[in-house]
Amino acid sequence: MQFPDALANDDVSLDIHRGEIFALVGENGAGKSTLMNILYGMCTPTGGEVIVKGKRVQRFSPADAIAAGIGMVHQHFMLVPSFTVAQNIVLNDEPRRHGLFYDFRAANATVERLVAEYGLRVNAEDKVQDISVGLQQRVEILKTLHRGADVLILDEPTAVLTPQETDELFDVIRRIVREKQMTVIIITHKLYEVMAISDRVGVMRAGKLVGVCETKDVNERILASMMVGKEVLLDALERIDDHDATPAIEVRDLHVADNRGLPAVRGLSLKVERGEILGIAGIEGNGQSELIEAITGMRPVDSGKVFIQGQDVTGKNPRQIRAAGLAHVPEDRLSTGVSAQASITENLLVGKEKDARFSIGKFHMKKQAVHAYAQEVFDRFDIRAASVDKAVGSLSGGNMQKVVVAREFSFDTPVLIISQPTRGVDIGAMDFIHKQIMDKRNQSCAILLVSADLDELYRLSDRMVTVYEGQITGEFIPSQIEKTELSYYMTGGRKEDANEKR
Amino acid sequence: MDWSTVFSLSTLTNTINTATIVILAGLGCLMTDQAGMMNIGIDGMMTFGAFAAVIGSWACASWEMGLLFALAVGLVLGAFYGLFVIRFKSDEFIIGVALNIFAAAMTTFMLRSIPGQKGSFHPATGAVIKLPTITIAGMNFSMMVPLSWLLVLLAWIMIYRTPLGFWLHASGEHPDSLRSVGRSPEKMKYLASLMCGALCGLSGAYLSLGYLSTFTENMSASRGYVAVACVIFGRSNPPLVFLAALLFGFIDAAGQRMQGVVDPYLTAALPYVGTILMMVILALRQTRRKKAH
Repeated sequence: MQFPDALANDDVSLDIHRGEIFALVGENGAGKSTLMNILYGMCTPTGGEVIVKGKRVQRFSPADAIAAGIGMVHQHFMLVPSFTVAQNIVLNDEPRRHGLFYDFRAANATVERLVAEYGLRVNAEDKVQDISVGLQQRVEILKTLHRGADVLILDEPTAVLTPQETDELFDVIRRIVREKQMTVIIITHKLYEVMAISDRVGVMRAGKLVGVCETKDVNERILASMMVGKEVLLDALERIDDHDATPAIEVRDLHVADNRGLPAVRGLSLKVERGEILGIAGIEGNGQSELIEAITGMRPVDSGKVFIQGQDVTGKNPRQIRAAGLAHVPEDRLSTGVSAQASITENLLVGKEKDARFSIGKFHMKKQAVHAYAQEVFDRFDIRAASVDKAVGSLSGGNMQKVVVAREFSFDTPVLIISQPTRGVDIGAMDFIHKQIMDKRNQSCAILLVSADLDELYRLSDRMVTVYEGQITGEFIPSQIEKTELSYYMTGGRKEDANEKR
Repeated sequence: MDWSTVFSLSTLTNTINTATIVILAGLGCLMTDQAGMMNIGIDGMMTFGAFAAVIGSWACASWEMGLLFALAVGLVLGAFYGLFVIRFKSDEFIIGVALNIFAAAMTTFMLRSIPGQKGSFHPATGAVIKLPTITIAGMNFSMMVPLSWLLVLLAWIMIYRTPLGFWLHASGEHPDSLRSVGRSPEKMKYLASLMCGALCGLSGAYLSLGYLSTFTENMSASRGYVAVACVIFGRSNPPLVFLAALLFGFIDAAGQRMQGVVDPYLTAALPYVGTILMMVILALRQTRRKKAH
């Protein structure tokens, strides 16, 4: 399966056995969902074949997948909010009276029969918009069972559930596998769930299936190191030690909620001193994004304090926080890093447009000065494009990232917050960006670095902390810890109890 | 002024007659709204329908052919709207506005292309045959009036009581939910566009062969926009849209009655002022409900 520019699944071969619970794990963007969407007919592969119950799949469409007994519970539920539970479960397969009218009574009876058979309690006449997310997921599962599915694909089913709802879901899965001989494929990036529920596990990384194992033969640490994988050999960077013990970033007992209002950062504290890089290591979705957004003023803080250069910036807006001496390379360059339709020049100028070098008053820009400045940065950062007037959206990921880094670094702030600086960037651009980050450190900037790439963290960090479910689980010096050990802390192990577990 | 003339029997028939234009167009608009497309191009569809109905009726000397012409033109416009909004993913408002402007200009152009016609259609030979009338409780109505009532009932049954209606609504509210159970939301949206076109064609035919008996330039008089307002006010529920249209019809009819006393330009503006007031009431109610949550 290929997206316009990227191979989402690269030469993947996988067998799944009848009656097993198979877990598919990998980082965000590793290609898990794409693989399952192919199986469910939502995507068509560009090469290769899919064989279901001995028959080669000819046409890829959800209708064909349903006919072959495959059901999928998507990450984002496929339910019509204003319809009742029963209406959703029988959608496109409605019982009718006189061949024309929807039979409310028969539909409700169908739901009650399913509830009795599978023990998944729902109320047929409730509207979907009025019930909890956990119940909505049950409706989704019942919907697939109603269609006679005996292969059930669950895409990140626990992402939206409370721990108790997760336990209930796992009970349901075990029961339908045991009693109804169903086959269940569960996509997740939570490793303890893999250990808790699955019979076998497949690990994906960068579109490739890097391993399939019996769950009983592996543990969370082995899986974590398979997920993050690959060693990239790059030259060591020059590190000038001119450490200044004044903390430039300080976070005290911070609590932040995610978009659903659930706690994402739970009592996290850290300090970054001038002239050091603090790396944050963790599996994605453990509160890193929310932490960064809270520090930079893009997300409200529930409780706790954030200090930049000794100044309390808690609850201030991004402009005020930047004025305190902070620049920020955000994790998603397309949504928050650049304006894709605007030119390179315009993107480089953002935040400096009021500078006396570039404008007079509110209504006049000094075009020549702006152009000369953009050209200078363009050359210095080696941005590869036809000219500074090109739209940023037309650049490759690496060059787009260079635009973001160039802009943020040119504010010459004493504090830098950097998220995923080289995601989806080729190795040349990656090396270049790493050198820029190290230069900033050597000029005694305080840098907080979040990355899903362990190699990057090892290469750049002076210190590293691991986070798990919004809390710090350990602090390390990169040269003193192995990656496999680090991944243990990234999956919920704590430094205090590490010794007894080993 | 004498209020008894405002609330008289002829006000009642006028109310019903005027409302029927809006009821039919409103039913069309609510079909697309159910499927997630707010079609403000119904005004243009009505104008085209009205023109086609007059030409068909006059050329073939039969009201049946007039009706058929209006339906056919409505279906073509519905397909056109669907093609652009669903297939080419154009902005539905832009396409709607384009349709309205195009309809006003195109029908005027075609009218003036017929020798001797300007402003309205007055053929030298032949005649425009009107739709038949029916007597209900001693009052004469165009056949389209009871038909529109029947259509309100049928639309309600379809949307709230049949699987087809559920699919139509699902294609608007959550298209992927429909796709994931193996039914194409795009096909439902096309169906909605076609039904909208046909109903607007009927509305136009009633306008030129029932309400009046000729085509005049811009004869829809923005009643399509009023129908859109009624659909929003009635939350796309046919009986509620029907009531909203009746309210509009009453304001219009009462305004006509008051023309002798009040400035006629002012009374002509009444229905539109009423429509705006309806929308303001609706908006206030919704914000209050949001606050209560």
